[in-house]
Amino acid sequence: MSNPLADMEKPDVIFAIGTNMTECHPVAATRLKRALTAGATMIVADPRQTRLAKMAHLHLPIRVGSDVALLLAMAHVIQREGLIDASFIEERTAGGNEFLQHVKEFTPEWASDICEVPAADIEKAGLLYGKGNPSAIYYTLGITEHICGVDNVQSLCNLALMTGNLGVEGGGINPMRGQNNIQGAGDCGAVPNNFPGFQPCDHPESTEKFSKLYQTEIDGTKGITKVTALDNCGKGIHAMLIDGENTVVTDPDKNHCEHALKSLDHLVVIDIFMTETAQLADVVFPATAWGETDGVQTNTERRVQRLRAAVPPVGEAKPDWWIVSEIAKRMGVPGFEYESARDVFNELCELSPIYAGLDWDRIEDSEYQWPVPDRDHPGTPRLHEKEFKNGRGKFTVVGYRDPAEVISDEFPLWLTTGRRLEAYHSRTQTGRSAGIEYLLSHESLEVHPDDAEALGLVHGGMAKMASARGEIEIEVKVTDMSPQGTVFTSFSFAEVPVNILTGSGYDPVTQTAELKVCPVRVEPA
Amino acid sequence: MISDLDAQTTEKALMLTLDGEKVSFEAGETIYEVAERHRREIPTLCYDERLEAFGACRLCIVEVEGIRNPVASCTTQATEGMVIQTKTEAIEKHRKTLLELVASENRDVDVNQLSGYASQELKILVDRYDARSGRFSGKKSGTSNTKDKNPFILRDYDNCISCYRCVRVCAEREGDYAINVMNRGFDTQIITEFNNDLRDSECTFCGQCVQTCPTGALGDKKALRDSDTEGEIEKTRTICPYCGVGCSVDMLSKGDKIVGIQPAMDGPANEGALCIKGQFAFDFIQNADRLKKPMIRREDGELHECDWDEALNFAAAGFAKVRDKFGRHSVYGIASGRAPHEAAYTMQKYIRATYGTNYIDNCSRA
Repeated sequence: MSNPLADMEKPDVIFAIGTNMTECHPVAATRLKRALTAGATMIVADPRQTRLAKMAHLHLPIRVGSDVALLLAMAHVIQREGLIDASFIEERTAGGNEFLQHVKEFTPEWASDICEVPAADIEKAGLLYGKGNPSAIYYTLGITEHICGVDNVQSLCNLALMTGNLGVEGGGINPMRGQNNIQGAGDCGAVPNNFPGFQPCDHPESTEKFSKLYQTEIDGTKGITKVTALDNCGKGIHAMLIDGENTVVTDPDKNHCEHALKSLDHLVVIDIFMTETAQLADVVFPATAWGETDGVQTNTERRVQRLRAAVPPVGEAKPDWWIVSEIAKRMGVPGFEYESARDVFNELCELSPIYAGLDWDRIEDSEYQWPVPDRDHPGTPRLHEKEFKNGRGKFTVVGYRDPAEVISDEFPLWLTTGRRLEAYHSRTQTGRSAGIEYLLSHESLEVHPDDAEALGLVHGGMAKMASARGEIEIEVKVTDMSPQGTVFTSFSFAEVPVNILTGSGYDPVTQTAELKVCPVRVEPA
Repeated sequence: MISDLDAQTTEKALMLTLDGEKVSFEAGETIYEVAERHRREIPTLCYDERLEAFGACRLCIVEVEGIRNPVASCTTQATEGMVIQTKTEAIEKHRKTLLELVASENRDVDVNQLSGYASQELKILVDRYDARSGRFSGKKSGTSNTKDKNPFILRDYDNCISCYRCVRVCAEREGDYAINVMNRGFDTQIITEFNNDLRDSECTFCGQCVQTCPTGALGDKKALRDSDTEGEIEKTRTICPYCGVGCSVDMLSKGDKIVGIQPAMDGPANEGALCIKGQFAFDFIQNADRLKKPMIRREDGELHECDWDEALNFAAAGFAKVRDKFGRHSVYGIASGRAPHEAAYTMQKYIRATYGTNYIDNCSRA
């Protein structure tokens, strides 16, 4: 997030797109609810009638995968009506003229055909966002899990740049991170393109720095992503070390993924349960869980916080860092002589510029949001206040593209997937917590009443749902929560492995899977 | 203009007299807030600093010179020159009587601490004011809802004192408006829409009502399962393990067992709020399914438990073999978005230091 969570109570206009926040980030959503009580106006773009959508002053139930068209047309309206922040564009951005020229052709009428919402509503959304003082953008995976995920994000940046809604209290562009420490995994350099602290792998000075620190020559080029690695299993990639991820349930195209892991010569999995992924491993290590582990995690607003162990580990479980270090030591790799989580974290702080002002003791009270470049720095609740990291905020000229697969006679419905309040991911945790099943006992497929009637589906009955990759059976829930022509379910239940169906395409830049769009056929089982 | 005003206020701070002591205050503060800042420990039951002041319990009354009757300090704004007494004999007697009324009318005053964050408030005040006389025993209000079988929230309204903190926190903080007040006086009842079970209402089981209840009328059913478990309750401050919001929580344990979760009122991300997952889905970590020993796949093709040394050597040897056979670009690491920094950091270091590649990623692409 560019802005702190506390700013969520301060926008004049809220623009929430591709985020089912009341179910996926419920506590953050309470702040938006309080902003609404205090008089804020909210626009929600989401195909479904989510709780957030019901609270909105303007709900745009856009067709899945049509976000770029909506955002281009909103930019068009803002440009046409003179709602741009000319001095911000002039002083702080680059590429503004070209972008403002570019959006002239993308009218709300043009977008209306693609997004399947009235042009007047798109016009209204552009006016509301453009006039808001400030306007804040919130998004989640509904923006990124598309073949055009990067285009979507850049389109949102364009809106914020053209209206000067960056670096201001109550504004900003705010992705809500889905996992407790997904931000931290990136901060720590567990990505193929960056060393710890976002120091790029393809910059010679960082490669040199880490080659020296880690006492080996490291490639001066980015690594491949997990998606490519899974594609190459058995054909270049022959061993994997997976820590705490149930890859075969949560990743798209389950059959492909399972086949990939099975074709490895050596698979080592560290986890707290015998997950579907661990079952494929050659070695499984029991890790200590939350509540048993001292450590650090970073939240969605870049706040670096301490995790503390309250009880001893179950059985012989050991912390992940200890297990990984032991493997390294047994391979003769130097630099893994850690005695505690504190040692590991302090090493990270020493070589990461965004954590340079931090150490284990300084984060005791959760008061720092990175970057914290030195010991005297108070932390950075709000990014881009005076300047952008790379000098100027860059506009990007983007165009609309269809999803990787579009509906056809064979697969006439859009399937979009998401989460439910009571379940977390593949339910390895919530599924093992007493009482949750009272509220959510099994998976179902949301089908609009008109679709149900046309397809002969009944509420509570079973349906077969097929995509180009496979077929599953699922219970039908007839509801107008999803719009006509679109069905929805989550991937939480292993018994309903919806990711057998997904995986039609990937964003060319990030290789994030298009989990939000998958043409399907649904018929009574 | 504004800066002139600022200058004036700095020059001349607002002052009032609190129990004979001259103290300063800021415009907009209530008497209660000023008194709390000066450590007066005024008793309250309907007060929760996160909520709009309500003025229902009347325990926080104080005497203000020039005003005939005592006023509720939580709803009365401090003004320049006010002369306030927070603890006269008459006020204290009045407070004791109010507490005797409440204590006589509730089935239990002593409730288990596992009921919720604020559950001991009534008990502490009743003891402080020695108010267990029972001299008002008789008619009772509230009827416990025993038909609602939800596994999380106890609805024991025999112990309800009509402070409405639950109703107000649901509306003001959570924004769900799932519960409300029906009837008046002795017939007062906290209900959902159409008096349905919580499951069939707007309730999301965030638990905020439970944690603000000052009497244990609303209780954490999951934590209360461990009422009789041996051991003192210990609290450990940590962060919720679910989404990226990063809510601060206090993990409650008895001996080696996690028994419950309470939100941290001073958590910067959540300020006392939690959701159903953070509040109630904590017990997975002590589920019988947890992996307890390392396992390796032996010749029979099955995974078997073994000791750490064997498993670590087996894992290391397997990676070395693949690297030697296929080269250093044949090994890939996937770090977790769920585990702490130390896991992700050592994972990336292991790949980079061992193989000299950037063949490392995490779960953020799915």
